[in-house]
Amino acid sequence: MQTKTALPVRDDERPSPTPREISSRRGRGDRNFNRGLSLTGISVLAVMAAVGLFLTIEAWDAFRAVGFKFFTTSTWQPDRRVFGVAAVLLFTVLIALLAVAIALPLAMGTALFIVEVVPSWLRSTFIAIVDLMAAVPSVVYGLWGLFFLQGQIIGLSRWLTTWFGWIPLFNVSGDDPTSPLASGTVYTASTFIAGVVVSMMVLPIACSVMREVFSQVPPGEREGAFALGSTRWGMIRTVTLPFGRGGIIGGTMLGLGRALGETIAVYLIISPRFDVSFHVLENGSNSVSSLIALRTPEATGFGLSALMAAGLTLFVMTLVVNFVASIFVARSRSGAGSEA
Amino acid sequence: MTDTSKQINDEARLRSLTSTTVPPRLAQPAAPQVRRSIGRISGRDVVVLLGSGLTALATTELLFGRLAPFRGRLGFVVVAFVLFVVVYALLVSLTEDRPQVVDRVMGSLFSAAAVIAGAALVSVVGFTLWRGRTALMKSNLYVQDMSNTGPLDPLENGGILHAMLGTVIIVSLALVVTVPLGLACAVFLNETRSRMRGLVRSVVTAMTALPSILAGLFIFATWVLILGFERSGFAASLAISIMMLPIIVRSAEVVLRLVPGNLREASEATGAPQWRTVWHVVLPTARSGLVNAVILGVARGVGETAPVLLVSGITSTTNSNPRSNPMMSLPLAVFEFVRSPQPALIQRGFATAAVLMVLVLALFTIARVIAGRPVGRQSKRQARRMLRRSAKDLGRIEIVVGGSR
Repeated sequence: MQTKTALPVRDDERPSPTPREISSRRGRGDRNFNRGLSLTGISVLAVMAAVGLFLTIEAWDAFRAVGFKFFTTSTWQPDRRVFGVAAVLLFTVLIALLAVAIALPLAMGTALFIVEVVPSWLRSTFIAIVDLMAAVPSVVYGLWGLFFLQGQIIGLSRWLTTWFGWIPLFNVSGDDPTSPLASGTVYTASTFIAGVVVSMMVLPIACSVMREVFSQVPPGEREGAFALGSTRWGMIRTVTLPFGRGGIIGGTMLGLGRALGETIAVYLIISPRFDVSFHVLENGSNSVSSLIALRTPEATGFGLSALMAAGLTLFVMTLVVNFVASIFVARSRSGAGSEA
Repeated sequence: MTDTSKQINDEARLRSLTSTTVPPRLAQPAAPQVRRSIGRISGRDVVVLLGSGLTALATTELLFGRLAPFRGRLGFVVVAFVLFVVVYALLVSLTEDRPQVVDRVMGSLFSAAAVIAGAALVSVVGFTLWRGRTALMKSNLYVQDMSNTGPLDPLENGGILHAMLGTVIIVSLALVVTVPLGLACAVFLNETRSRMRGLVRSVVTAMTALPSILAGLFIFATWVLILGFERSGFAASLAISIMMLPIIVRSAEVVLRLVPGNLREASEATGAPQWRTVWHVVLPTARSGLVNAVILGVARGVGETAPVLLVSGITSTTNSNPRSNPMMSLPLAVFEFVRSPQPALIQRGFATAAVLMVLVLALFTIARVIAGRPVGRQSKRQARRMLRRSAKDLGRIEIVVGGSR
């Protein structure tokens, strides 16, 4: 079949149409708008840079006075110019590692429970529980740890040192666990109890990151595993966990960052000590942030500078941990491309 | 030869492929196939679960005190759970194969983790309310401060008005700074195409995890030491702002990302400049989520203790002037109360913690209710308001029928 094309009547009178100029250039209002927004972004950067900068300026005196010995000295006597964060830093890391060691399996279990096990009508309840745990102020956790948990957990501490005392970590000097008259005060205010309380604060943070990543597992791969006859655990082991590895590592490190900086709960629970000790069940512990909270209100001059130096150490440490964590989390998101 | 043999071979293969071999019929028909249940939970599962639970409880009860010298509440729970898992695995293995048994055991471990998390929350909330119950009942807690109350005074005297007022003032001042800055920064991250966005985003993420004591120490170093101002509620609100800002930015940015792109494009297509698009389309669409972001920030700011301790200090009098003199906040009051050995003060501390917790949980519940609505969905009232507004707009539009332009 033939089709006809009707040519438009030529009209020589009309000027030939010129293409309209299209510009993606914004108007003046928009340019100002964008500039203003950039300014807010810069101000956020400036605040963070200022935190680091002013801590460094204030800490300069202290660093110049003791130099590298700051990281090897364990006593804290700035007035005698003998001070360092060796013990404090060790306790901070011990508390944080304990907290993460306790929180990691719980957070992973809870995240997998929420994503894979719980029926969907209950799911939002458990998500709310985890979110609420994150919302409870840390001072409340401190109260709970000091007045409730401490009494409950002394038995566990004693049991651990009775049976596992040969591991240096669980050794406790100054208590004979076989004596029926032992009062248990050697076990109070310890690194272990602080670690357990901080783990309650780490759990919701780690859990929500993991839950987010686990729920992004491509449904095609999940169903493929089920279709091949896998059980639920088989599917989790071969699909969910490998897919969510970045989220697990990232969530754990975010929790670690939080645990390193936790102040008030640790302050309430521990009784400060300044000697290097790996005995986590023993009375007495310390942390950089609780040292700052304890000493800053009455510190002056050089003592303050020493505290700023401790603060700077903590700042750098949490910053490194968090940047590493965010790299892992970001990488696991990009794995979502396998959905296609 | 090769050709023919190949041909024969091919034919044979073809026949073997296309022909169907009927399996020899058995003399006796096998038992009729039972329809497999593919539902998650069967009646048998429930019986097995209950049975292993009861067995574990009973055995543990026997072990504790009767057969073996075990004691302790924590130990009871742990032993009971271990026994439960063992008995459960044993019962399941009677009918199922190994992968199934492993699956069930792992499932019960996950559930246990979630139950521990839930139990921890319940015990934190319950314990605080329980220990604070007597002090919470006294109405003077809410209308008095501690200026005329000694450490040995009974609960009928003194309260936490100073801390409540301080928290309200400090958090409101912090909101004045963080809401405009935080929302603008979220818009910056989501609506512009600036090259700095990646850097700003990762710095904000790092700031989320900034230890609160460092925010306090920073404000102390700059505001008090370098600029020479005195410790005050305003300094505390500055420190709290540093803690709240990244939370607001992060959650607002997530919400803005959910605003459908076609709304933006529709607005731009009508010729609106970008700032009008953001102001009239993007922000109103995401309003519920933005409110949620601000509430989350407030919930974080309300609970911060350490910065207030450093830059505002402890007081027992009501101070409504944020520019000078120490100002108390609720968490700081809790901290101050429980550091004392006096039972009455500790009870007040628990009551204060309960007030603080109820405040945070209420904020959080409101946030969840608001955030439960998806982005862009209007409430009935919002829809009516929109209708009214567009009816008003209609009045401005002149409809010319048959006009030339």
